[in-house]
Parts: sequence; C-alpha cells; structure tokens
Amino acid sequence: MSSIPADLKYLDSHEWARVESDGTVTIGISDHAQGALGDLVFVEVPEVGKSLSKGGAAAVVESVKAASDVYSPLSGEVIAANDSLGSAPELVNQDPYGQGWLFKIKPSNSAELGQLLDAKAYEKALEAEGH
Amino acid sequence: MPFIPHTDTDVKEMLAAIGAPAIDSLFDEIPASLRIQSLAGIPEALTEMEVNRLMQSRAQRDGRPLNFIGAGAYEHHIPAAVWAIVTRGEFYSAYTPYQAEASQGTLQLLYEYQTMMASLTGMQVSNASLYDGASALAEACLMAVRANRKSKSARILVPTTVNPTYLEVSRAIAEGQQLTFETVAYTPGTGTTAASAFNAYSGQDITAVVIQHPNFFGLLEDVDAITDWAHANGALVIAVVNPMSLAILKPPGEWGAKGVDVVVGDGQPFGVPLSSGGPNFGFMTTRMEHVRQMPGRIIGRTVDLDGKPGFTLTLQAREQHIRRSKATSNICTNQGLLVTAGTIYMSLLGASGLEQVASTCQRRTSELVAALTKVKGVKLAFAGPRFHEAVLQLDRKVSDVIEALASRGIIGGFDLSRRYPELGNALLVCATETRTDEDIAAYAKALAEVLK
Amino acid sequence: MREPLIFQHSRSGRSAVAQYPHGEKADVPAALRRKQPPNLPEVSELQAVRHFTRLSQLNFSIDTHFYPLGSCTMKYNPRACNQNAMLPEFLSRHPLGPDSAGQGFLSCMYELQEMLKEVTGMKGVSLTPMAGAQGEFAGVAMIRAYHKARGDLQRTEIICPDAAHGTNPATATMCGCSVIEIPSLPSGDIDFEALKKAVGPKTAGIMLTNPSTLGVFERRIEEVARVVHEAGGLLYYDGANLNAILGKVRPGDMGFDVIHMNLHKTFSTPHGGGGPGSGAVGVNQRLLPFMPVPVVGKEGDRYRWLDERDLPQTIGRLSAFMGNAGVLLRAYVYMRMLGRAGMQRVAEFSALNANYMLARLKQAGFDAAYPDRRASHEFIITMKRQAKELGVNAMDFAKRLLDYGFHAPTTYFPLLVPECLLIEPTETESKQEIDAFIDALIAIEKEALEDAAKVKGAPYTLPVRRLDDVRAAKQLDLTYQERSG
Repeated sequence: MSSIPADLKYLDSHEWARVESDGTVTIGISDHAQGALGDLVFVEVPEVGKSLSKGGAAAVVESVKAASDVYSPLSGEVIAANDSLGSAPELVNQDPYGQGWLFKIKPSNSAELGQLLDAKAYEKALEAEGH
Repeated sequence: MPFIPHTDTDVKEMLAAIGAPAIDSLFDEIPASLRIQSLAGIPEALTEMEVNRLMQSRAQRDGRPLNFIGAGAYEHHIPAAVWAIVTRGEFYSAYTPYQAEASQGTLQLLYEYQTMMASLTGMQVSNASLYDGASALAEACLMAVRANRKSKSARILVPTTVNPTYLEVSRAIAEGQQLTFETVAYTPGTGTTAASAFNAYSGQDITAVVIQHPNFFGLLEDVDAITDWAHANGALVIAVVNPMSLAILKPPGEWGAKGVDVVVGDGQPFGVPLSSGGPNFGFMTTRMEHVRQMPGRIIGRTVDLDGKPGFTLTLQAREQHIRRSKATSNICTNQGLLVTAGTIYMSLLGASGLEQVASTCQRRTSELVAALTKVKGVKLAFAGPRFHEAVLQLDRKVSDVIEALASRGIIGGFDLSRRYPELGNALLVCATETRTDEDIAAYAKALAEVLK
Repeated sequence: MREPLIFQHSRSGRSAVAQYPHGEKADVPAALRRKQPPNLPEVSELQAVRHFTRLSQLNFSIDTHFYPLGSCTMKYNPRACNQNAMLPEFLSRHPLGPDSAGQGFLSCMYELQEMLKEVTGMKGVSLTPMAGAQGEFAGVAMIRAYHKARGDLQRTEIICPDAAHGTNPATATMCGCSVIEIPSLPSGDIDFEALKKAVGPKTAGIMLTNPSTLGVFERRIEEVARVVHEAGGLLYYDGANLNAILGKVRPGDMGFDVIHMNLHKTFSTPHGGGGPGSGAVGVNQRLLPFMPVPVVGKEGDRYRWLDERDLPQTIGRLSAFMGNAGVLLRAYVYMRMLGRAGMQRVAEFSALNANYMLARLKQAGFDAAYPDRRASHEFIITMKRQAKELGVNAMDFAKRLLDYGFHAPTTYFPLLVPECLLIEPTETESKQEIDAFIDALIAIEKEALEDAAKVKGAPYTLPVRRLDDVRAAKQLDLTYQERSG
C-alpha cells in the first residue's frame, strides 16, 4: 500500500497539493503515481511566471516505458519550480511528498481547494481503480 | 503453393487441433454478406523464372541512359561491399530493435551512424533517420515550434532557393498544425539569398529560418550572415544540406556565431541508388538541449546486467507508442536498411574519401558547364561559387530539349521553368564523380545537335 | 560475441582507396570551407566488411529465426523480389527523368495500383506514402480535406478505439484533429453504444483496424459503418492486419472510405531493421480528388505521372519524389508471384497457423485474452496469472524465448490487456517451427515453476544480457566521443 499523507489534498489523477503557511500551494505526484510509473528518467516542470488553470497540463513525468502529464490541482501563477529534478528525477521516486515536489503556485481562486479530494477520498479512489 | 510450407497432413492435424472442419470455417466470424470468393482482377501466379523474365523486359525498356540530373537525388559510385552486406538476411529481414538483446547488430550500427552524422554536420546528437529529406524538413519545422518556446507564431521563413518540393512537402505535413511558411526571394542576379532580404521581418515573431546550402541551384549561400540574422531575431535555424557537400563545406554546426539548431537532409548520396527516388533516408541532427523535441528513433549506449556495454532504443517516451496523441510525431519506422547502406558507405570512404568524391563532383560539374556553355544557345545563369549543380538557360523550350536528348540516350537535367518561370528556359544540370570526360563530351555533342 | 565500434578499428592514414575517385581539389571560398575533417573511421575495405558482417550476426531476423512479432507480419521476404527490384536499370533510373524514359518502371507501378485496388475494393490508390504512419497521415488529411471542401469546417474529431495502434491518435494530432477514444468490450468488439454516443456533427471520422489489434474480427463492422456515415463522418481503415483477410473480405466492401496498406507487412517487402516501410493509400469514389500526388496514370498505352495539375484538390506531396519506389517494385514482384489464388492463401494459412497455435496453447493451460473468439492471423495470451503466481511476467517469458532461439512476440501491446503477448506466426512458417515454439513456451513455464529467478535473469546466450534502460535514458550516450585513432 502506498503512502497517502493525511494533511494533503489530492486529484484522482494522482497529484497532491499542500497549502503552505503563506497561502502558496506546493504540488507533486503521489507515492502511488511514482510507483506505477517506475524509475523516472525525466521531469519537465513549468516555467516560473506561467499561469495555470485548474486541471490543465502543467508538468510532464517520464519513465522508460511511460510518460504522463501532471495536471494542476488549482488555478494560479507558478512561483517556483523544482529545478533539481532536471539532474535528479529519481527524487520523485525516493521522496514524492518532500524533495520530489514539482512546483509551487500562488492560487487565484481559493474556492477550488474545496473541490480537491482529502486523503480518505483519494484512498477510496485508488481502491476503485483496483489497486 | 508459393512460400507456404504446409503439407496436406499438416493441414489435417492442425484443423483437428483447432476443432474446425475446414480452413474456410476459420473465417466464420466475418459476416457472410461481406465475404468474397475470388479476386478476378489479379493475374495468375508466375514462377520465379517467369517473373524474372517479366521484370528484365520492363527494366530493359527503360535502359540505362546517361544521367545529368541531380535536383535532390545524386548518382554516385556505390562500393560493391555496401549492398552485399545490406542485403544479408540478418539486416534485410530484421525489424525495429524492440528486443535489444536480439538486435545488437542493428543497434550498434545505428549508434555508429548517429556518431558519424553528428560529426559530419557539426552537431551533438542525431536520430536514427527519418523517411527522406523532404519529410525530414517538415519534421524539423514542427520540432522548431516545440523547441523555440519564446516564439508563439509558428511562422517559418523559407528562401525560394530551398528545393521547392521540400517546401511543398513541409506544407502538406505541417499546415494541419497551423504552421505557416513564408517565402523569401533570392537576388535575381546571383541566385542566392541575401541576408538583407530578411530585414523586412526584423522585430517580428519568427519561429525558424530554413537555409538550404548548397541551394537548389547548386550555389553556396551566405550561411553565416543568415544564421546570425535569425538568432538575433529569436528564430531557430534549420539547415538543409547535401551530406556529400559537408566533406568540403563548413558544417552547419559552425555557421555564424552560434551554429544552426537543426540539420536535415537526404542521405541518398551515401550508398543509396537512385532507384526512381526511393527508398532514401532522411537524417536529422541537433543540439543536445533539443534532443527531447527530436522525432524518430534514437539509440543510446548503456550497460547490461553484467555491467558490459550494449545498445538500446532510448528516449522512447517521446514516441507514438507511448505518448499516443501527444507524441512528437506519428513516425514509427525509420529507414534502417538505407541507413545501413549509408553507414557502410561512410566507413569505406572515410573523411578523405568523401572529400575526394565531393571535390571531383564539383570539378566535373565545372567541366560540364564549360562544355555545354560552348554550345550555341546555352548560357550559365549564375556565376557564383557552387558545389555540383548549375543552372543553364537555353534558347528554347526546355521540355522539348529534354525529350530530344532522351531519345539520344541522355537525361539532360531538371526543367526549372515551371517552378521558376522568371528564369526563362532554365535547366538544372549536375555531374558527379561518375561522369567521365567522354560522358560530358557526349552530352555536349547531343545538345549541339538538338539546339542546331 | 561482441564487436568493437568501427571507430575502434580505425587508424590514422588507413583507407579503402579503391573506392576513391582520382584526386581532385575542391574550389571553395575560405569562409565556407570545412576546417576539421569529420570523425569518420579510417579502415580498410576488409575491416569494414568484416565489422559490418559481424554486426549482422548479432541480429535475429526472419532469415535466421522464427519471428512471431504480433502486428508486424514477419513473413518470408522472397529473394526474387529483391533481385528484381535491384536490376541495374531500375537502380540507375533518376526520379525526375522524363516519363518517356521510364515506361517500364511506370508500367509496374500502374499495375501495382490496379492490383491493390482489386484486393482492397477501393477506387483509387496512391503509392507515395513512405510508411504506414505516413499512409495514416494521408488518410486523415484526405478526410479533413473532404469535409473542408464541403464547407463542413467543424468536423475535427477523430474517433479511435482504445486498442488502436499508437500511430492512430498521433496521426490525428498531426492533422490538427482531436481524439475521442472509445472502449472495447470484453468480447474484443468495440463498444457500439459508446460509439453511438461519440459520433455527431463534429465527427470527422473513425480510425479502425479490422481485424483489430486484439486479434479478432470486428463483427458489427457494417453497423459501425452505418452509424459513422449517418453522422456525416468517414471511415478510415488501418491496414496493419490486412494479411488476415486478404482475398476473403475487402475494406471497401466493409464500408471504409479510405485505407492504408503496409506493403512491408502484407506484401512482404523487407522490414530492414526498422524500415523502409511503404504505406500506399486507397480511397473510394468521393476521396479520389484528394489523393496525395504523384500517382501513375495511363493514357492509351503510355504511362505518366499525374500531379497537382491533374488533381488540383490533392492533399499534396509527402515525399521528395514518389515514395519508396524500390520497395514498391518488391511488392509488385511479390504480388505477381502469389497470383490470384496465392493472395487468398495468405489469409487462409496465416489464420490456420494462428488458430492452431492458440488451440495448442490453450490446451497447454495458457490464458487466451479472448478464449471464445476465432483468432485472426494473430492472437493474445496474457501472463497475468504467471506474473501473480510465479512472479514471472510477459517480458520474462519474452526474454527467455530468445535463449530458446525464437524472437519474442510483441509484448505489452495492446495496452489494455495486462501482461500480454501478441503472437503472429504468419503463413510462411511450418508446423514444425510452430510446434517447437509452443514447446519452448511450455518449457519456460515449467522453468518458472521450478526456478523463477532463472527465467527472470534471461537471456543468457545473447551478445548482451538485459540492458539498463533507465541509465540509457538518464545518462544519454548517443554518440561516440573519442576521435578515430
């Protein structure tokens, strides 16, 4: 069973979002997602300053056999991207909720937060997928 | 039964194992209303001996006229060893190296090819080939749109000295994705593209500039100035080159201050026969920073479980079988067999052999021009430095002259009058290292007769 | 067995001088001249011949091994096809020479077009696409052009089954269309109800492979055609599996408007280590004006190229000349050698071989993905049970097969069947060869029961063992960096 921290919000497409104390939101992919993809060989993060809309493709993660778009759980402007993934994509495999974060945004519509799954609901979604 | 090994006993045993009464019952899921009983329009089978006779008679009908056309396909000497090896069953009848352990021959050869092409063009990486030069240009334009993230326009500038068919193919393939191609006229007196011709576009959002060198007329372009103009204006540069010319010409990786961004062309001059225009192979090389935007197969060297070196397909996540609708291209195959020919050719000739071939081609074309312009009614259109093609202007309709020469066993050149009406009765001619003094004299004599 | 890189055989000053023309010096302005020679090897002719011959010996191929790669139709490539396409007159013919100097060649191409029309039931054929994927592109581009010519500009959606080859959705994107994916039913047929919901005023067309990539014939094809046509869309036939039905049923009769054929599959032109392919397209009456150029026309007893002037609504040119002419000649020779009856035997014996393999493997306890269906010319078995119970997955079986002297079937395609092997024996394989392959699969399963690690470590007898793909993608080594000795 993969790890699903209780303090994060999720999309059923396997992204997580963490609201930081300053109101910004950090985004990554779940432990389940990294496990399903296998060893990542490439991660493409969005450019700082880019404006994202909820559900829009924001980043790309690639393993040898699969490539997957990462969707932004919220609308907002990218304020930071994890550039260390360029040379060390394995960080996403090793620490998906920590050093393997993908990007941070300044959300433009806080109401969208309420539409995300909590840990319990995400766990249910995984079960429904048959994992 | 041609190519089918089954005996009657085999068929009986196999049907029994399946539990089917007859072979025809294996098709019982196909609606009966759709089934056909025979193919009336297909002739009866020929034996190998009969088909050989048929094909020999068709081939003899075309004969072997003396060829003086280039225009994108060039007749060079092909060492006997090249196709003796290419048609070995292990190369000829293998497929895409999905099972790397069982395909190390093909994979290592492709890695060697990538090394050779990257070095020849002065770039860092090469793919394992594309279909042909024209479609490679189309793919390069699509790639430039992905790679040039600062540009949003998807506008590509193409001098009219780029092979007009290459531009047509690029339009047919890329316009569905909203690329626009705008042509830049050459200088009438020189047949080359002045860097100043691009000034009309200064300050505009241009995604890429294409430069063909030598250009379609065989002339050498001002590649440094055009490359620098493009980079100063935020555009990428796509070079279209004849790989043979790179034995003597500065590689695109060294054009201008920074070198070009993508190099494409047709590898046909390297060991691939004319064969009515195909199969050839397209090549593409680029900078390492753009490698993930490059379409087509790419081979990498890695290690196996025992730590020994081996070769495998890599960066496959760009490709259609994984990315599906988001792939860099729908391309699936490369032109592996022709790349095999090209790699063996480059190995046999080496850098100094290629230089000799390229130099001889240039000399032969100069001699051809000298001989033909002595004929009354023929003049040279452009006098500038060239590689191995030249534009001649005749005193009458080119297509008539070509037909008259053909009836004398000479394929006289490519008729430019439809694509370049401003040049009048213009004929593009080429002589490679395969044309002898006698060949050139024969052409001059025939042309003199025709233009009398 | 290993072979060093050609660059490692190289020594400065060595050459295959017999291949050089007599020396000339080029006349190039200094600013445009190459300063440093390219990094090409310096080897003797024997060294080059030996090196590339040795490389060839590291490959599996049809000529050396049974190669049941599903979806790829790895049948015997008759040598006569190659020999006749390589007659000196054909090899030396320049593509831009006048038609009057190419009547022999053009007559072969014209007759090839006619034969392909006959076997597919289409009204026109263009030979110019250089591979299956380019044929697909031409097909969807023609569908787009057709709607556009009628002023029906909103039709930009292409429907693809989820089992489709990856080139289908990629092609739709290249043509500026969006992709609507519809699911397959557990029976292997497409979900007809989902199709009915998917079609509408935005539907440009549907791309179908029939028999599908699942190795079964789409039984409701006539209804599918009716629904798509009634919605105003066109039907595109992906010819990947034409081998299965050659001479039995024709795409044109099924209701398809446009098709591509893979001549390197059905008509046995060489796969060449990944190409050249050849992806001729066929069209029905309404798409005739849009065919890619050039195509060969016949006027009286003369043949000539038809181009943009003859087909002003063409989708244009897809190659610098006329496509992979030499490949087309091989296909022509192959079709003439098979003849009318031989064409039908292709489907009959490829279906016999596939269904026989399926029956025997089922009997041996392997799990068919669609056990209640007839196999087409190929079929799928799933190793899901073996993966779960023995820890030995489809890829492990595939790699171990190499040790037994068989090329592996296609693995992990189509994506919707877990742990799948897609097996296509083709009609040119004998019962003995097929029996030996089945015996090998049974033996490997037994090995897996006794010693799973042994199977998982395979292969052992090839030039290399399993390769580190992750390292290949992360530490990119795409060219040899040292200069030749």
